[in-house]
Amino acid sequence: MAWQSLDIQRRSATTTPMPGARQGNEVAKLIDISQCIGCKACQVACMEWNDLRSAVGACTGVYDNPLDLDSNAWTVMRFTEMENNGRLEWLIRKDGCMHCQDPGCLKACPAPGAIVQYTNGIVEFHQEHCIGCGYCVTGCPFNIPRLSEKDHKAYKCSLCSDRVAVGQSPACVKTCPTGALHFGSKEAMKDHADHRIADLKSRGFQNAGLYDPPGVGGTHVMYVLQHADHPEWYSGLPQDPKISPWIGIWKGLAKPLAIGTMAAISLASLFHYIIKGPNAISKETEKEVEDETRS
Amino acid sequence: MRRDPNDLDRYTAGERVIHWTVGISFILAGLSGLVLFHPAFWPFTLLFGSSTWTRILHPYFGMLMALAFLLMTVWFWRLNRMSRVDWQWLGRIGEMVNGDDQNMPEQGKYNGGQKLLFWLLLIGTLLLLFSGIALWRAWFHFPVDQVRFAAVVHSAVAAVMIGLIMVHVYASIWVKGTIRAMWYGTVTRAWARQHHRAWYRQITGLGNGQPR
Ligand code: HEM
Ligand code: SF4
Repeated sequence: MAWQSLDIQRRSATTTPMPGARQGNEVAKLIDISQCIGCKACQVACMEWNDLRSAVGACTGVYDNPLDLDSNAWTVMRFTEMENNGRLEWLIRKDGCMHCQDPGCLKACPAPGAIVQYTNGIVEFHQEHCIGCGYCVTGCPFNIPRLSEKDHKAYKCSLCSDRVAVGQSPACVKTCPTGALHFGSKEAMKDHADHRIADLKSRGFQNAGLYDPPGVGGTHVMYVLQHADHPEWYSGLPQDPKISPWIGIWKGLAKPLAIGTMAAISLASLFHYIIKGPNAISKETEKEVEDETRS
Repeated sequence: MRRDPNDLDRYTAGERVIHWTVGISFILAGLSGLVLFHPAFWPFTLLFGSSTWTRILHPYFGMLMALAFLLMTVWFWRLNRMSRVDWQWLGRIGEMVNGDDQNMPEQGKYNGGQKLLFWLLLIGTLLLLFSGIALWRAWFHFPVDQVRFAAVVHSAVAAVMIGLIMVHVYASIWVKGTIRAMWYGTVTRAWARQHHRAWYRQITGLGNGQPR
């Protein structure tokens, strides 16, 4: 691989090991929800750096805009207003790819090399290899990838792998005016989160905590949540995300079983033929039929 | 084509056309589907223009196969009703596979195995059709839980169907004189008497002698 920072540790639809001599340093983005003011500077920075322009939407009476992720909107702020112990809370979550350590999208993808995971943990789509089947959408436990209406390829946040490769932080992190977004090694981000969580606890948020869900092997985008016991309050962040067991069967057991069965039937047919010989009409039967027909 | 004035008609031209339509579209759907099933089958993308074309075309091959098969069902289902003799025949299929089919229970136009295959393929086609539509993101948007389930159903049923079709094709190669029924529509009298004696008697009025 040309750059150590872009060494690949996983590649979709590839059954042999990736080059593994070098050890990558895992990176992570930390999103501190308690410090986010919902200004959407990160959305703008994402559009700008990645040269993406989603269609201009309409006002629907909520702050969310665009309303959902799409092939040109790789991150969106999701706003939730809720009352907690008589206090209004505005929970604002920056939604986007979580860069799972065990990515369901990559597991489901049938096209070799369309999805890769670098040794630093970033999961990236390579659209030139994408065939547009949408299996990544089926595989993702966070409902992140989007098929483009225009070219039928799948898109999502790249964690600015191009910037990270040259030692820069992702565009969103660079832009955030309040310091709610942080980027660095996964260890450093966890340490920073510990400080933030201790601070939040001292301010009365007893259940503050880090969101780094173990069901997907941890993620390279983590949240500091004021209410870590209720991630679902944050616009439906899953409580315990896992790759669906159906995906496990489909991409696991089904493959060897099906290929083994097909191979066994072909071989059994061949050997049956050469052991038992063809099932041909005997001379006697032919003769009997001739006699019958004539009579 | 009659190669001999005594040959018996087994399939009309229309029946042969619909069967080949099902067969060809099944093979195309199978080859293009396998590409998406496992990277070991990736070379099949060469048959369809590119990997993206393979993905685009597969559901259309599948739809064609399903529609043709359903049409064939309307045509053939009556002939495939299972009777007690068919189950008896299936109970003794071991003898058939072993190559001594002389004492098998007498069979009409189709034997128990062919009939069972027909019904299994019909169920499989319906399952592939419904699960395939759920997977078809170019046109449909189903809830993701249903798509996940459909993916398992579609790939499992496809594997079973491919297995059944391999057995079906092998049987026609193994039993000499069978393939011409699908080429020319006719079979020899001896073939009919040996493999489908009840049918032979029904259409010729002959062959009442005891099987040896
Ligand atoms: C009945 C109509 C059918 C429809 C609408 C259909 C549709 C689909 C769709 C949408 C996919 C996902 C990939 C894509 O978008 O191209 C797929 C995958 C597949 N199809 Fe079909 N299909 C049909 C019939 C068949 C048939 C007859 C076979 C042959 C045995 C077959 C075998 C497969 C296989 C093996 C896969 C890959 C599954 C996997 O990814 O594990 N399909 N089909
Ligand atoms: S959040 Fe979804 S798209 Fe991102 S790595 Fe995890 S499975 Fe893939």
